[in-house]
Amino acid sequence: MKKEWFTISVYAENNVGLLNRISGIFLKRHINIESLNVSKSEIENVSKFTIVVNTTEDWTRKIVQQIEKQIEVIKAFFHDDDEIIYQESALFKVASHLLFDERQIQNIIKESNSQIVTVSRDFFVLAKSGRRHEIDEMHEALLPYGIMQFVRSGRIAVSKAEMPISKLLKNFYQD
Amino acid sequence: METLKEKNKDAKKTTAMKVSGAEAIIHCLLAEGVDILYGYPGGAIMPVYDELYKFQDKLTHILTRHEQGATHAAQGFARVTGRVGVAMATSGPGATNLVTGLADAQIDSTPMVCITGQVTRHLLGSDAFQETDIIGISTPVTKWNYQITKAEEIPEILAKAFYIARSGRPGPVLVDITKNAQFDELDFSYEHCTGIRSYNPVPKPNTEAIDAAAKLINEAKKPMIVFGQGVILGQAEDELKELIEKSGIPAAWTILGLSALDSDHPLNVGMVGMHGNYAPNMLTNECDVLIAIGMRFDDRVTGNLDTYAKQAKVIHFEIDPAEINKNVTADVAVLGNSKETLGMILPKIKENKHEAWHNEFKKRYKIEFDAVIKDELHPTKEGMTMAEVINEINTASGHKAVIVSDVGQHQMIACRYSKFKQSKSNITSGGLGTMGFALPAAIGAKMGAMDREVVAIIGDGGYQMTIQELGTIFQNKTPVKIVVLNNEHLGMVRQWQELFFESRYASTVMSNPNFVKIAEGYDITAKKITDRKDLKATIAEMLASKDAYFLEVRVEKEDNVFPMIPSGASVSDIRLK
Repeated sequence: MKKEWFTISVYAENNVGLLNRISGIFLKRHINIESLNVSKSEIENVSKFTIVVNTTEDWTRKIVQQIEKQIEVIKAFFHDDDEIIYQESALFKVASHLLFDERQIQNIIKESNSQIVTVSRDFFVLAKSGRRHEIDEMHEALLPYGIMQFVRSGRIAVSKAEMPISKLLKNFYQD
Repeated sequence: METLKEKNKDAKKTTAMKVSGAEAIIHCLLAEGVDILYGYPGGAIMPVYDELYKFQDKLTHILTRHEQGATHAAQGFARVTGRVGVAMATSGPGATNLVTGLADAQIDSTPMVCITGQVTRHLLGSDAFQETDIIGISTPVTKWNYQITKAEEIPEILAKAFYIARSGRPGPVLVDITKNAQFDELDFSYEHCTGIRSYNPVPKPNTEAIDAAAKLINEAKKPMIVFGQGVILGQAEDELKELIEKSGIPAAWTILGLSALDSDHPLNVGMVGMHGNYAPNMLTNECDVLIAIGMRFDDRVTGNLDTYAKQAKVIHFEIDPAEINKNVTADVAVLGNSKETLGMILPKIKENKHEAWHNEFKKRYKIEFDAVIKDELHPTKEGMTMAEVINEINTASGHKAVIVSDVGQHQMIACRYSKFKQSKSNITSGGLGTMGFALPAAIGAKMGAMDREVVAIIGDGGYQMTIQELGTIFQNKTPVKIVVLNNEHLGMVRQWQELFFESRYASTVMSNPNFVKIAEGYDITAKKITDRKDLKATIAEMLASKDAYFLEVRVEKEDNVFPMIPSGASVSDIRLK
């Protein structure tokens, strides 16, 4: 089976140690986590892990089964790229003098649809949200002029289909 | 486990009282029905031991000679009783010594709660004396773990720990408790845990899956059942028997499924797996419907997955959704507790007899008997075989003994040749293959079933891995029977070296001490036999003993265990020699 990109969404209790438990599932199977984001979810007191892997669908399904097996995990889902709306964010720290010395910089800012977050005497910071390749393109465009610092976040994603977590929790309290 | 639940039903929420964390731990254990635990004291757990001293009339603490021994004893207790085994240790090395037992309980689904002391909260992360990150270390080998740093967390977390350990697919739970939480006071009240919103221990059976499974079973011409420990853990022995008898389907057990069905049941066709029986292994690749019940298609059962039961439709009765399609794809997956799902399918099963198909098993049993079993049980050579020793123990004990085996050749022989009449009678380290398991596990098993004969069958290698537990037997006068089958080798590794490494016996030859003297040093009656003519009488003497008894039997040095599915081969490539 061929390797593909899958986005795993995990709804879980917000507990110390759960991240370790989840990452251990990947470690045990020698599968690399390509991107990881932990945040609150649409449900109060429920965390959401968004994990991106590049592996076969079979492995992804098995990993999701193992994740769901963890006591503090409420439910886990996986989707391919067509089934989700997803983005990443990046910050670029660039020397301020380039704004004046290099005309092309302003074009890059405009064309990349990025925002200037702050400008100081020495540097300015650009923020860009979008698909991985869009961020990569902007990175490539800025690289010849020098990037002082660069960071990109993990993928965040929402699914096109429903993730029926609230219903699951409601059923628990009714039972 | 049901019995414990029942017992606890009446235990109402206790009213609040002011106690120390350490005392609260004792009250929690008592509320969970614990009357015995295994452990080893040390600095960070001393407040709890101080309370154990005060509560010794209600709660027996067995001092093992090593923390690993405490975990295996707790496992032995759990496996023979179906209750949660409890082990306790201090921080640092005490805690790390639990890891092998945790891993063993995790892979063999044994309900166990381990409580470890931890350095006081303000020292966490300072590399304090005997500080270790046992939560980090034990995460991959526990069903759940938690670090308590405040006294008031104790009742809720311990209630959760016991609930998680015994519910659904059971497993080990570790609770690490900082010393300040043991000293500090709390308003204690206890409420049993009955559910956790993120945890669904027993999936609801799907009636469509039941119907689909029943249809496949009823239409099958050559069906075969393979059942595992899920039958024992689900207390579904009666339902299994009824299913087999009504459907007429031959049934084989996995190593952990042993004793869930009478060995002599006509439809019991023996053990599957690497050293299992010839018939069920061969016919796995000829059956048309394979009905797996409470088993997980371990690689030692399946051999090469690419050639495993490819011709068959597979029905998988299983409580753990993560096991479905993990190794073998199920055509029908029936999720749920085995007692419930088998109970649901029974009325839908048509009475049948698969005589011609059953005869195929009998034919192959005859082949195995002639090629292997006959010579194993009735050897013509001078040296004793492990099988004749096991057979004698079995016969003399009326097939009623609890057999606790260690890991290696003697384990395979014990599992192949022991005959059982009662469930929960076979205790062995299946998934992890932990040498050193048997001696401490036998202690726990005996304490869990004082009315039963408990015989530990151990090799000379594994015996020396936890031999210090003779001290536990000595101190507690635990009447276990210990049989060491001594071939002066690490037999199974030696067998592989002979078969696959051109007999280069790297580090598998053992120079052994005088085991009889060692046992006698612990005041245990001990005998060594080297001649077949002494076998019967000595075993009779051992079984007649009211006290612990050690028997060393010198067996043939270079015997191999057959049949054997070579690692990575197909189940139907099983070798008889």
